[in-house]
Amino acid sequence: MIKLGLPSKGRLQQQCVDWFAERGLEIERAEGGREYSGRVKGADGVELVLLSASEIPRELAAGRIDVGITGEDVVREKIPVWDQKVRLAAKLGFGHADLIVAVPSVWVDVDTLHDFDAAAAAFRKRHGMRMRIATKYHNLSRAFFRDAGVADYQLVDSQGATEATPLNLAAEAIIDITSTGETLNANHLKILSDGLILKSEANLCVSKTSTASVTDIEAFLALVS
Amino acid sequence: MARGGRAGADLARLSAMRADIASIFDAAGAARVELETLQPADVMLDLYGEDIRARAYLVQDPVAGEQFLRPDFTVPVARLHMEQGLSPARYYYDGLVWRRQEPDVDRPTEYLQAGIELIGGADPAAEEAEVFNLIRSALGDLVDRVITGDLGVIFAAIDALSVSEVRKAALRRHVWRPKRFHALIERFANPIEPNPSRTALLSQSSVERRKVIADAGKFVGLRGEGEILERLDILDADAAEPPLSASDRAMIEAVLAVSGPSNEALAELRRICPRSMAPALGRMERRLDALAAKGIEASDLSFDATFGRSIEYYDGFVFEFRAADPALPPLGGGGRYDKLTAKLGGGAGSTAVGGVVRPEAMNAAETGA
Repeated sequence: MIKLGLPSKGRLQQQCVDWFAERGLEIERAEGGREYSGRVKGADGVELVLLSASEIPRELAAGRIDVGITGEDVVREKIPVWDQKVRLAAKLGFGHADLIVAVPSVWVDVDTLHDFDAAAAAFRKRHGMRMRIATKYHNLSRAFFRDAGVADYQLVDSQGATEATPLNLAAEAIIDITSTGETLNANHLKILSDGLILKSEANLCVSKTSTASVTDIEAFLALVS
Repeated sequence: MARGGRAGADLARLSAMRADIASIFDAAGAARVELETLQPADVMLDLYGEDIRARAYLVQDPVAGEQFLRPDFTVPVARLHMEQGLSPARYYYDGLVWRRQEPDVDRPTEYLQAGIELIGGADPAAEEAEVFNLIRSALGDLVDRVITGDLGVIFAAIDALSVSEVRKAALRRHVWRPKRFHALIERFANPIEPNPSRTALLSQSSVERRKVIADAGKFVGLRGEGEILERLDILDADAAEPPLSASDRAMIEAVLAVSGPSNEALAELRRICPRSMAPALGRMERRLDALAAKGIEASDLSFDATFGRSIEYYDGFVFEFRAADPALPPLGGGGRYDKLTAKLGGGAGSTAVGGVVRPEAMNAAETGA
């Protein structure tokens, strides 16, 4: 028996259901469709667990689910030393999202991280505070900026509507996921030319800490490959 | 390692060790201070930047807001000094610090530090030698290797370059980020061809630039038009500035490559550095003389010009003592941090040099635990 974790609602759930359907597997919710469990018709010995999308990485890392579908971005952000806990077994071709650094379009002097760093130094001198970057991806942001050698910034936590934080004067720049860039444009922001942190998409992920039989997991992966 | 010294004979040995260290600092005329465990997050973030969040523990208070568990004593001591201005400004302390570690690194997250800080002294070389010697005495025969550096030499080398103040400031800002520092050197030596839109922008008058900015969108965030125009002027000047010369580049790279016994390192620096760096090298020489007066020969003291570049607040002499067992963390270390006091004091800084030992690591080195 293995446990498969899927998002409990929304567009991502539907895409997961469709993806399995293309492989001849039917995701079936338990009686009444209200209980957050179910089964996978066509795959024996697979128990379905429906979870809030944001909890799937944690459950994989803890080994409470054996296989799950979630974005590479949240796996890398939420699980410390993620590669010891979770294996990204397959890219699924949906849930595409780029994690990027965006700044106001009006900053005609800032196209690159080098520009951003120089602007941040001047900003700190003038305003007496570090340049504020709104994000919910704190770990990935810090690692990216450390590697790029950007200084004089601070991260401001933003759990939603992050693109609007500069408009609300709560931040100067943002680090967030984008798919089409339309929301960025509408909020007067542009992406730095070297500001791509991660190209993410939904992945079939396998827990490295679960106690389920490797044979069972491999059989399931073979079934959907 | 940090789990040792908790009970029985092990605790008795650790306690005796701490008492011995305290008596060494006491005999040097330092006053014992008790520092606050919780340090205001804004002060720490302003000094260290975002990376402190990955290194220190943040705790929440509903009224006082975010606070850090102290990751070291240097900042708490400097804050105490700036607020209360004790005299004489010689402090010693002994207590716990807390550091987050990488998830896959087996290092203690809570450990003891005992240290001494001399603030506001008038004889830098003598005080550096004194602090070094006190830490060395506290560690006794547990020391296997010592390494020293001098960030003042790097700052002097930057100052000696024939480049604009803007470029010098950029290099000074990134001394602690070696990869970025070298990328800047490369960029100044071999300027990148700007993209066509940047070239077009820079060819425009300030009236035209204002129009480009106005057309580019709405102002969001706190960075305003004045800052954008100001940076465009800086970009103008930068585009007009000649590349960093090959000889300048060779000089700073040679300075950063200096390593060996301190007497040989100083001779090498004298050979490769321009005359304008004489004051910085003079400080190094006076320090080596002061150390020799305490019986520490320059030939026994290894120097590495790049040592100390990972700790953002040190800006002069830096040192570290290591045990024979490579699995143990450094037994002690310290350095000069004049600029930190200026930042904390809102511009009014003083000279400051200090050092610490880690009693639990000493205990482990002594018992082979």
